[in-house]
Amino acid sequence: QPLFEAEYSEILLCKNELHDALNNLSHWVKDEHVDKNLVTRLDSAFIRKDPYGVVLIIAPWNYPIHLLLVPLIGAIAAGNCVVIKPSEMTKKTERLVAEALPSYLDKDSFAVVTADVQETTQLLENKFDYIFFTGSSSVGRSVMAAAAKHLTPVTLELGGKNPCYVSDNCDVQNVARRVTWGRFFNAGQTCIAPDYVLCSLEMQEKLLPALREAITEFYGPNPQESPDFGRIVGDKQFQRVQVLLRSGRVAIGGQTDAETRYIAPTVLADVQPSDPIMQEEVFGPILPIVIVATADKAIDFINSQERPLVVYAFSSNDKEVNKVLERTSSGGFCGNDTLMHFTLNSLPFGGIGSSGLGMYHGKFTFDTFTHHRGCLHRNMGLETLNALRYPPYSQPK
Amino acid sequence: NAYSHEILGVLGELALAIDNLPSWAAPQHVKKNLMMMRDEAYISFEPLGVVLVIGAWNYPFVLVMQPLIGAIAAGNAVVVKPSEISGNTAQLVADLLPQYLDPELYPVVTGGVPETTALLTQRFDHILYTGSTAVGKIVMAAAAKHLTPVTLELGGKSPCYIDKDCDLAVACRRITWGKYMNCGQTCIAPDYILCDPSIQSKVVENIKATLQEFYGEDVKSSQDYERIVNKHHFKRVLGLLEGQKIAHGGETDEDSCFIAPTILTDVSPDSKVMEEEIFGPVLPILTVKSVDEAVEFINSREKPLALYVFSNNKEVIKRVISETSSGGVTGNDVIMHFFLSTLPFGGVGNSGMGAYHGKHSFETFSHRRACLIRDLKMEGSNKLRYPPASQKKVDWVKFFVMKRFNKGQVGLVILALLGLVAAVLMKNPQSVLKRKALWMVLAVQRLGWPRLW
Repeated sequence: QPLFEAEYSEILLCKNELHDALNNLSHWVKDEHVDKNLVTRLDSAFIRKDPYGVVLIIAPWNYPIHLLLVPLIGAIAAGNCVVIKPSEMTKKTERLVAEALPSYLDKDSFAVVTADVQETTQLLENKFDYIFFTGSSSVGRSVMAAAAKHLTPVTLELGGKNPCYVSDNCDVQNVARRVTWGRFFNAGQTCIAPDYVLCSLEMQEKLLPALREAITEFYGPNPQESPDFGRIVGDKQFQRVQVLLRSGRVAIGGQTDAETRYIAPTVLADVQPSDPIMQEEVFGPILPIVIVATADKAIDFINSQERPLVVYAFSSNDKEVNKVLERTSSGGFCGNDTLMHFTLNSLPFGGIGSSGLGMYHGKFTFDTFTHHRGCLHRNMGLETLNALRYPPYSQPK
Repeated sequence: NAYSHEILGVLGELALAIDNLPSWAAPQHVKKNLMMMRDEAYISFEPLGVVLVIGAWNYPFVLVMQPLIGAIAAGNAVVVKPSEISGNTAQLVADLLPQYLDPELYPVVTGGVPETTALLTQRFDHILYTGSTAVGKIVMAAAAKHLTPVTLELGGKSPCYIDKDCDLAVACRRITWGKYMNCGQTCIAPDYILCDPSIQSKVVENIKATLQEFYGEDVKSSQDYERIVNKHHFKRVLGLLEGQKIAHGGETDEDSCFIAPTILTDVSPDSKVMEEEIFGPVLPILTVKSVDEAVEFINSREKPLALYVFSNNKEVIKRVISETSSGGVTGNDVIMHFFLSTLPFGGVGNSGMGAYHGKHSFETFSHRRACLIRDLKMEGSNKLRYPPASQKKVDWVKFFVMKRFNKGQVGLVILALLGLVAAVLMKNPQSVLKRKALWMVLAVQRLGWPRLW
């Protein structure tokens, strides 16, 4: 990961969450008194925030610190013990977490478990009181199946293909910059990256030069030399993403270097829905453009696919942005920009359907890791009022 | 009986939903950081899609209708699967619902285990299941294949601790009501009692007296005492009585699935009756010598759906609540937390996951979609985040993203300004004006302060 990206996503955003929790915890943890009905008017009725117990957090490799720390902050804030399973793909970070965490957190309450796929399967046989998983939909299914054996509640932050609709009515250069930033951040390995663009043929012709200009603005004439452009995490992923290049036609980029796992910021034009790149989440620095004639056709296409983690829509016309918002369903929605909804932690972050289950960020993380226990503390007196409910029953009551 | 337990609850839930739906469904605008001051940021409540509601047989109407109301309120289509064990109600629901609701959007599926299993292979967008822990696991496993979120309202053994310092007559009357309603077949019935050995016999006496009050001399002939749902459960509950000391009751009649209200004393924690949820009119009493022992006992077992504690001492109640975990709690009564719809109703651990009732139903059956609508212009501020990176950019981003200091700093500036105004006015020789000005400054400060913080 390039330095600035790491500083921003891995460190800054975590600090934000931490401050939020520290500043607000005393408020979040308080018993929430609720409105009462006539019968309970004189009682004390409140929702208590109980910890679940032992929480398991499984983190992925694309933002290995952020996606481990942010849930961890919430889990600790909620009063749980936590077992942390960092990704085995990013070996250095895994080691860092395993060595550093125990020097700050009590080993008896917060344990780090390093494990590969097989060992993680074994880990999941244990009974946890909550499991928080970030990763792919297919592994999400096995995590939930394992959780079902113990009736363990789960939050699954999964993925999908995030569509990015670009209207004919828009400021092309601004759109190009925002989409470029979102797509190529961390070399495309972001669960909320715009996965593919939907636009008209005319817009594609305008977008291509604009995208080319943005890419050059950001990464220079040779992105391979830019310190701000990332690499693919591993050889297997590199090969997987490389295969996807055989879709549509390469309009920008397309160069690869297996040795450094470099794939140039690439834009593929005239991609067909049947092409390989449209069959799975790209998770790499390739932006396919699929042509649709109208906004309605774009909406129909989005709705024919699995519900994604986020839907993006760009238009200078507010109504058009709202149309896409209202007629689609997704984890989240961002109009006229990419990724940014993730940084506002007063918004819940989570998926729907195969893009996930549950949500977090800010107070939502705290709520995710607490059991909201309904409590009614009644009066021992005033027993005569209760007489109405006791047998023998007769009509006049 | 059925009216008050099943129908009143449904009517209440309906009224609540109708009155509040506009406010529940309205987009919820959220606090923004400095970077997004000009944007629209809100949470949109959207339907999940197709919800499956699987009902139970003990309160067959309300346990299908209450979730149905919430699911419809949230804008979903719903497949209703009433329990086949309460066959008559299942048929009633299957006959009536299509007459009032579009059967294409709200179909009723009747059938037993094979039909339900087939139904569960289908993909739903949420499943709400009320029933046993064992089947709950099967439902969740089926849901896992499609990554379907679930709300599981299961069961467990809801403990009922009676403190020495408490009005036994009142406590026992309330417990008797909750335990023996619907012949003990209530998921939140007090399953067993924990109390000091010195009050055990008094507890028995009080419950006996209350039973007489409720059902008369001959329970069997009382109109208000129900029966066990079927022979299978009758035999199951009967089996729990084996080898127990019956302090009261114990009479049974297989033909009518009748089991008399029964109390067991000096029950051992290892006995069969303490292994599974009783779901019948049998009330075991276990003795514990202190609150500590009671708490330890409760914590050594699976987390229950409900927890009950009776005491005149508020501290004892607070202690028991804070040192245990359960779906819900009622102190100094039983069952009642179920009827307050502002409280989320659900289990934890083996007793379930998720919650519903009132607004909680609406939230359970909705997807909270985060929406951020930005301006396509105003590209200037975005330049901070674009590569190529620089230290200056990093510092500016830190300032904008760390919203923490936003309100505080504005507050400090306003305070400084007010101080300045006060100082200027102080210099005025006219004392009347001075005093009025001072009051004005103080008033503004007092009014403005909480809002700024």
